[in-house]
Amino acid sequence: MSRGGFISVAFAVGRRNVHNYFTNPAMIIPGVLFPLFFFTAFAGGLSRVESVPGFDFAPGYTAFVYGFVLLQASAFGGIFTGFSIARDFESGFSRRLLLAASRRGGIIAGYWIAAVTRAMFNVLLITVVALIAGLDLAGGPLDLLGLYTLALIVNAGAMLFGSGIAMRLRTMQAGPAMQVPVFLFLFLAPVWVPYDLLVGWVHTAATVNPITLALDAGRGFIAGDPTKVLPAFAVLLGIAALSVLWARGGLRSAERAA
Amino acid sequence: MSRSTLALQVGMLARRSVIRTLRQPAMVVPALLFPLLLLSINSSGLDSATNLPGFPTDSYFQFALAIAFVQGALFSASSAGTNLSSDVETGFLNRLSLTPLRRVALLLGQLAGILALGLIQAVTFLAVGVVFGAGIAAGVAGALVIVALSLLISLGFGCIGAFIALRTGSGEAVQGIFPLLFAALFLSSMALPRNLIETDWFRTVADWNPVSYMLEGIRSLVITGWDGEALALGFACAGGLALITLAATTSALRTRMTRT
Repeated sequence: MSRGGFISVAFAVGRRNVHNYFTNPAMIIPGVLFPLFFFTAFAGGLSRVESVPGFDFAPGYTAFVYGFVLLQASAFGGIFTGFSIARDFESGFSRRLLLAASRRGGIIAGYWIAAVTRAMFNVLLITVVALIAGLDLAGGPLDLLGLYTLALIVNAGAMLFGSGIAMRLRTMQAGPAMQVPVFLFLFLAPVWVPYDLLVGWVHTAATVNPITLALDAGRGFIAGDPTKVLPAFAVLLGIAALSVLWARGGLRSAERAA
Repeated sequence: MSRSTLALQVGMLARRSVIRTLRQPAMVVPALLFPLLLLSINSSGLDSATNLPGFPTDSYFQFALAIAFVQGALFSASSAGTNLSSDVETGFLNRLSLTPLRRVALLLGQLAGILALGLIQAVTFLAVGVVFGAGIAAGVAGALVIVALSLLISLGFGCIGAFIALRTGSGEAVQGIFPLLFAALFLSSMALPRNLIETDWFRTVADWNPVSYMLEGIRSLVITGWDGEALALGFACAGGLALITLAATTSALRTRMTRT
């Protein structure tokens, strides 16, 4: 079957989901609102934390929090796309889509296009707010390219993980199963203070959490002092590759049920 | 209608409301689990904040314990609103309006479910706090006051959920207010004492936000002991919220029953 079939399916699914997203405030608001809450609450309410001995992030606390919120907004862009997939299964749309699509892999690619669009929109809004709030992006253009590429990989991983769940369970009730693991990965990392200042079980969890690497690398890009770049990209790309297999398995499961 | 009939009506609806709330693990478990999870993550992640000059305690866990009570109360709004909107959507409220049931009985009965959940939350959070070494500076009597304040806060937020449910008759609308209530918690003295908040606009918002005083009322009993001013402000804010939202809910119920 032609590659054109894959691409046309991907663009058709992607266009439909992007259109649904931008015409439905109920879909836009949660993905933007939660990271914005976190940004304003932490960058505003916790800025004094940069005076804590051992806090050594030169661009300041706003930039430190932005590093986290950027990844959170990207991950939410992916996970909320998983919700859309589940909703499409509940409404019966996906069943018709599976019957009509010439290359079914294009369906996942289409949802990925929607997830990337959502993430870019979320990140753009949050970046504007952060810049107004005094964000100091010390990194150069290459650093920023690295930063936003990192965010897009996190977005792809979250979307593929969510789609794997959504296509296996095919119900909106699967929402917590998509959201909670991503929430836990995001928060069991150095969110508010650098890794060295964490204590207790969260410190232990952060040691083995791949998001810690992503945060360190992302904050390094923000500060213009790239750090742990190769390990971060290697681990995240590895997770994204595993997520592709997971999503593919989900698609097979949905095909069997269709 | 006699007082005993009213008590009977309230009792029956309260029983239904309590059983209905407790029978739904999806309502009870997140209302207990998420505040505890946030407490645990916060207290490990922000323990170094206790090194800031002027921080009131050397344990962030002790400082953050109060958040669990208020966050738990936010779940009351969702729980109460979802239950009541389901009564509207399924037509249960319509059927009740055809009976000689008094409105006040319906309202009090519904609120019993909120208070039952609030009580379970308060006792659980207190027990977790004590087991993990937070200690209650105001002692056993202070713990009882914490439960009372926590119930009042649950009532206030629960009535917000009930009000939205009665006005809109939609479970989705109730879920939609959850982020706004969460914003009220986040834009308060949740993470740091107000005098340590550096950003001017945030401190101003926190100063005007009643949630700050609810948190500080509970926090005072946990950390410092008996602080009349913090308690008075905490009870005034929680009581004021409960009073206003109860009045609004009563009015919304009257409108809803008239409509049906």
